[in-house]
Amino acid sequence: MSATRPLHLAAEIGGPPRYAADSHVTLARLAEGGALDYVTLSDSFGRPGPDALAVLSRVAPATTRIGLVPTVTTTHTEPFHVSSAVATLDWVSKGRAGWQADVSTTEAEARLFGRRSAAPAGALWQEAGEVADVGALLWDSWEDDAEIRDVATGRFIDRDKLHYVDFEGSTFSVRGPAIVPRPPQGRPVTVVDGTSGPARETAARYADVVHVRATSPEQAAALRDDLRRSAAAHGRDPDGLRILVALTVDLGDAEKTPEPGLESGPQLAGRGTYFRGGPVDLAELITRWHRGGAVDGFHLTPITPERDLERIVNGTVALLQHRSLFRTFYPGGTLREHLGLGRPANRHTLARTSGGHSS
Amino acid sequence: MKQMHLAAHFPGVNSTTVWTDPRSRSQIDFASFEHLARTAERGKFDFFFLAEGLRLREHNGRIHDLDVVGRPESLTVLNALAAVTERLGLAATVNATFNEPYELARRLATLDHLSEGRAAWNVVTSSDAFTGENFRRGGYLDRADRYTRAAEFVATARELWDSWTPDGDSRPFAHSGQHFQISGEFTVPRSPQGHPVVIQAGDSDEGREFAASAADVIFTRHGTLEAGRRFYADVKARLAKYGRQPGDLKIMPGVTVVLGDTDAEAQQNAAEIRHQQVSPQNAILALEQIWGRDLSSYDPDGPLPDIDPDPRSDLVQGRVRVADPLAAAARWRELSEAKGLSIRQTAIEATARQSFIGSPATVAAELEEFVTTDAADGFILVPHLTPGGLDGFVDQVVPLLQERGAFRTEYSGSTLRSHLGLARPVWKS
Repeated sequence: MSATRPLHLAAEIGGPPRYAADSHVTLARLAEGGALDYVTLSDSFGRPGPDALAVLSRVAPATTRIGLVPTVTTTHTEPFHVSSAVATLDWVSKGRAGWQADVSTTEAEARLFGRRSAAPAGALWQEAGEVADVGALLWDSWEDDAEIRDVATGRFIDRDKLHYVDFEGSTFSVRGPAIVPRPPQGRPVTVVDGTSGPARETAARYADVVHVRATSPEQAAALRDDLRRSAAAHGRDPDGLRILVALTVDLGDAEKTPEPGLESGPQLAGRGTYFRGGPVDLAELITRWHRGGAVDGFHLTPITPERDLERIVNGTVALLQHRSLFRTFYPGGTLREHLGLGRPANRHTLARTSGGHSS
Repeated sequence: MKQMHLAAHFPGVNSTTVWTDPRSRSQIDFASFEHLARTAERGKFDFFFLAEGLRLREHNGRIHDLDVVGRPESLTVLNALAAVTERLGLAATVNATFNEPYELARRLATLDHLSEGRAAWNVVTSSDAFTGENFRRGGYLDRADRYTRAAEFVATARELWDSWTPDGDSRPFAHSGQHFQISGEFTVPRSPQGHPVVIQAGDSDEGREFAASAADVIFTRHGTLEAGRRFYADVKARLAKYGRQPGDLKIMPGVTVVLGDTDAEAQQNAAEIRHQQVSPQNAILALEQIWGRDLSSYDPDGPLPDIDPDPRSDLVQGRVRVADPLAAAARWRELSEAKGLSIRQTAIEATARQSFIGSPATVAAELEEFVTTDAADGFILVPHLTPGGLDGFVDQVVPLLQERGAFRTEYSGSTLRSHLGLARPVWKS
């Protein structure tokens, strides 16, 4: 397989809970300085921490290019609100929004809402897929040129370019259309952690970016092939999928580690294989895996964001850039452009034009 | 001297905005929100206020296409605005019917942290099965139930906000009531304001009682100085039974302001604006909202229909229903006959809200009179242009109010509670 595919890099900026905006802004700007594709901020109703989508909305005007991908859970939330909030993040960031879909499996989380009991991951991931599905439908429920401001007829919108979604899921239904007009990216980027089996199926069907966990390039390549096959089986173009290996990264004792590399060590901060070593070692690993065509890139979760993200950007990324393996600037403005993903055509506009019919 | 409070309303989905004006810009681009918020902060306003919409309005079974429509989700926009403002309060309207206390309390507390104490929540409810079609809950809550749910919702949110001690320790909460049975641990520490400011909108008896018991600000809509004073006296009198002082609840009607170099010029400007707001199509729509019938064949410049309203109609969906269509129609007929007005002219007069029209000096004096004679504690200004609709007010009226001592010249604190002169809620152990 060709080794010339662009390398994609993303970083988690979570870590211990912080409630003021400053540290998140600092970390996102740091990642932006390294021209990373996006930052993620993990979230859950079940552990201390602020609402991730809110934090990245606060970060949006304080940054200009970096993609912003909060975790948004789908189990106890309203799909209509989720789609509105993610679309709004896209509006306030001018096309830099994504969301990492996740589920809430615990009884403790269920008790916070009191609406339903805990359910098996399989059912919850199926529901998450339906939320992703209805989200895309709602983002398409306004055609891009629905707002017409036609003075002669007094019409602000062309209602023929607004569409009901009439979605009937297994646990919810949504009538539509959206309240938020179609966001700048058309559809914000959907990210799924495809580590677990039930999540992988949803990822293959609905995600633009999948995070996977692998301990060898061979394993990563096999996962990638599997996801691409599965996406194709769902009628998708596999080239519309980006697969990033998730690594939890500890660059803290670079000088002292005799044998840098992957460990099956503690899953402390995020999901993914645990890497310990120096920034140069990490650059070597990324180069080796990516050159072999095993992956599209990496999602790095620094064990200590303030320390490790600085080392990732000024050490690892700088070295990759020096070797011309990673971009030194953003050629585009939107997250889709960073990822090399096209802006999806609106399905209704497409049907209208390809059907040769207009109403 | 009693100083007034001022807030800026960003007019989302509405028929107030004159989008045909060449100065009218996007109602969705962040730049518009930033412009209006920065203008409000430049004017030392207390807060910036966003309404909410959860289902596009329909008319005669089709999406209504005359209004400005399409808006971002409120809390997300306000979090972004927290990055480009420093003192301005940030108020989101969020429905208590189609949300859950744990999630919303968390989102509000997060905004309060990220803005360093500037968050506010305007509590609204919905009894609308039409809107419910977009949500899991679906279904319908009757009028009484939606207020009991809202009251329990606010009380539950306060329990969650109080579940962390001021020292930063989290303690488990457990709430068991008619609408919510929830327990666990809240994920966000007590916010900079203790509790985000709670605003309540609505003039009904239940709404007034709810506001008196639980709100910090009441957002109203009443027409005249006298009506304002009656409302003010009524609501303030209700506070005592909840152990609250008159100053604990600020009364802020939503108003429009139209300026001119002279009073006569302002009157002329106002007439033109009303004419643009109530287009011929919008005049028929306003009529149909009361009559509940398809009146598209009527001439907007002609007389009112002589048929009676259909009180059981579902012609219009997603707007507040006219409580008594027959009485409303009678009122419109009376107005039309007394002044010899056409449909459009009647609609222009009948749908007007409290407006302050005049030279900057006239408007400043009238606003001050409302406040000093206890018809209001302040105002939520609803501009007719997005996003520049408050530029003139901030540049021309605010300095006059400041000269008169009727409005602050600088923020004295950094939180919205401090702007409003509201105490930080006592932590309940």
